[in-house]
Amino acid sequence: MTVETKLPYDKEYIEQFSKDRNEPEWMRVLRFQALEQAEVLEMPKPDKTKITRWNFSNFKHEYTTGFAITSIEDLPQEIQEYFDEENVPANLLIQRNHSVAYATLSKELQEKGVIFTDIFTALQNHSELVEKYFMKDAVSVDQNKLTALHAALFNGGAFLYVPKNVEIADPLQVIFWQEDPELALVNHVIVVADENSKLTYVENYISNNDEQETVANIITEVFALDNATISFGAVDNFAAGTTSYVNRRGIAYRNATIDWALGQMNDGNTVSENITHLIGDGSTSKANAVSVGRGKQIQNFTASIDQHGKATDGFILQRGVMKESATMIFNAIGKIEHGGTKANSEQESRVLMLSPDARGDANPILLIDEDDVTAGHAASVGRVDPLQMYYLMSRGLTTEEAERLIIHGFLAPVVDQLPIESVKNQLKQVIERKVN
Amino acid sequence: MAGSVLEIKNLHVSIEDKEILKGVNLTIKGGEFHAVMGPNGTGKSTLASAIMGHPKYEVTEGSITLDGEDVLEMEVDERARAGLFLAMQYPSEISGVTTSDFLRSAINARREEGDGIPLMKFIKELDNDLDLLEIDQNMATRYLNEGFSGGEKKRNEILQLLQIKPNIAILDEIDSGLDIDALKIVSKGINKMRSESFGCLMITHYQRLLNYITPDYVHVMMQGRVVKSGGPELAKRLEDEGYEWIKAELGIEDTEESVEQNA
Repeated sequence: MTVETKLPYDKEYIEQFSKDRNEPEWMRVLRFQALEQAEVLEMPKPDKTKITRWNFSNFKHEYTTGFAITSIEDLPQEIQEYFDEENVPANLLIQRNHSVAYATLSKELQEKGVIFTDIFTALQNHSELVEKYFMKDAVSVDQNKLTALHAALFNGGAFLYVPKNVEIADPLQVIFWQEDPELALVNHVIVVADENSKLTYVENYISNNDEQETVANIITEVFALDNATISFGAVDNFAAGTTSYVNRRGIAYRNATIDWALGQMNDGNTVSENITHLIGDGSTSKANAVSVGRGKQIQNFTASIDQHGKATDGFILQRGVMKESATMIFNAIGKIEHGGTKANSEQESRVLMLSPDARGDANPILLIDEDDVTAGHAASVGRVDPLQMYYLMSRGLTTEEAERLIIHGFLAPVVDQLPIESVKNQLKQVIERKVN
Repeated sequence: MAGSVLEIKNLHVSIEDKEILKGVNLTIKGGEFHAVMGPNGTGKSTLASAIMGHPKYEVTEGSITLDGEDVLEMEVDERARAGLFLAMQYPSEISGVTTSDFLRSAINARREEGDGIPLMKFIKELDNDLDLLEIDQNMATRYLNEGFSGGEKKRNEILQLLQIKPNIAILDEIDSGLDIDALKIVSKGINKMRSESFGCLMITHYQRLLNYITPDYVHVMMQGRVVKSGGPELAKRLEDEGYEWIKAELGIEDTEESVEQNA
């Protein structure tokens, strides 16, 4: 079987789609160009995973609204759990299907010039600012067929801009809720921390389509300008019917920091890449990612930190647990470019397999083109240690409970990195649900 | 309840097809403290591991019962919930799981579902026991045994003993690697358990542990069997005279079958 090359949506459709959203001219043009590129570009080729037979073409794309909500209590219980009950975030955006169902941004932040809105509103109100960052320096349209398709068809997303010298203590949170089970989410997120600013952003993806097949094509572009600090958290939780392509890209300029804490909890086949470019001297990044695979799920994760500047620091930490006949590949790539003197690149990827049918691989890759650097890597794929089980069970814990503790402990170094307590707890619950 | 009875009869145990225990008989009742002593490689730790159900040890003959129930038919966790406890010589390190989370799970494992120990009660009792064992409060939030020194691991085992409150405890060389001050503290913890409903089997090389915890019975193991039993005075004589006199008395000769002590 070959790749489905015929695209399900044509230029005419895209023109109408763009017009209905009142998009600026540059975006319409970009969509058309991207559509043409999508026809000829190749699919991405993740290392050690064949995705040619995955469903990337069967989906419903039409812009679909979801009912607005007036209060958090109108949300289903599983989404409410993303919040502290008595402490609804002051800065929250909820996208239901493709439209905004709920949006708040504190007055203080509005007055400071913080922009936190859905992507279509941003395109109308801050067209130039969006244009400056949209698929230019981070993810390029022509990276592969899916990125081009993304640019042509993106139908949701968020835009966050924090001006110079503004430091935000409270997190900014977005929930992308795919209520319609057949709906594709082609979602574009841009996060910009201008010079000397500081922000914490968390995004959650949720769907419930166990039976219906659809596609998620997610691109997130994150920019930390000079001396800016970004703490980025995510819990991806698409249901089994969704095939996901996730591309999260960060660019850190001089003395900037981008720290990622990603809970990759999708139940469907997933290709996810998280690449950070440390452009500026003294920039740093920690890429923390955790995942649980179950059923016949196939997942491929790449975490890469590409260090261009001098005295940069990159640390990749990935942990995955697999059960049943799930397959999981972790690629960790630490790259130090020529001229990146005094750079430090560290990485650790560990996979724990709970069943004999699970398949896992952790590939440590160091690509170093400079002498005056330090680097290290660790990778392992293993099973639960029977002596640990014996020890825990000798205190009365059942097999299930002992295994549960070992799994949570195994994932804890990453889970604990999530920047919002309520989201951390939510991730723990999702993990609990997936491993039991 | 007056306490449990652990009864070991004619126990034969092999590891990787090598027979280590060759017919051990021992009965431990609530209220009694027993010490098992003996030279290296005579099967003392094997006895402890076999009672708890270590996956590497195979019982080939004999029986172990707890209050008449067949222990050998039970899984490791069932043995624990039935009231057995083993303070291990080499406890596992469990990364990412805090000592206090683990302790709470272990305590609740012995309680009815939905009747977990109230948080405040748990914290209070934990604080008391940490104080008693002179353990730094922050151990509760450290990952279980990870990066613990040898002495900290031993104290942690006794902390678990105090928290879990089993009916019968086996202490496998709880004194090894402890300096005299630590030994006194650990002994204090063990002595706190003394009651009519608690029975204890201490496995040790050295008599010095018994200076702090007086046993009611002392057993000497050699070549996979209990060869001599007596009161505290037996331990004293072993300390003074070593094991040779027993060998001579019983006509035991060293054989190639003596194996290295197994963890």
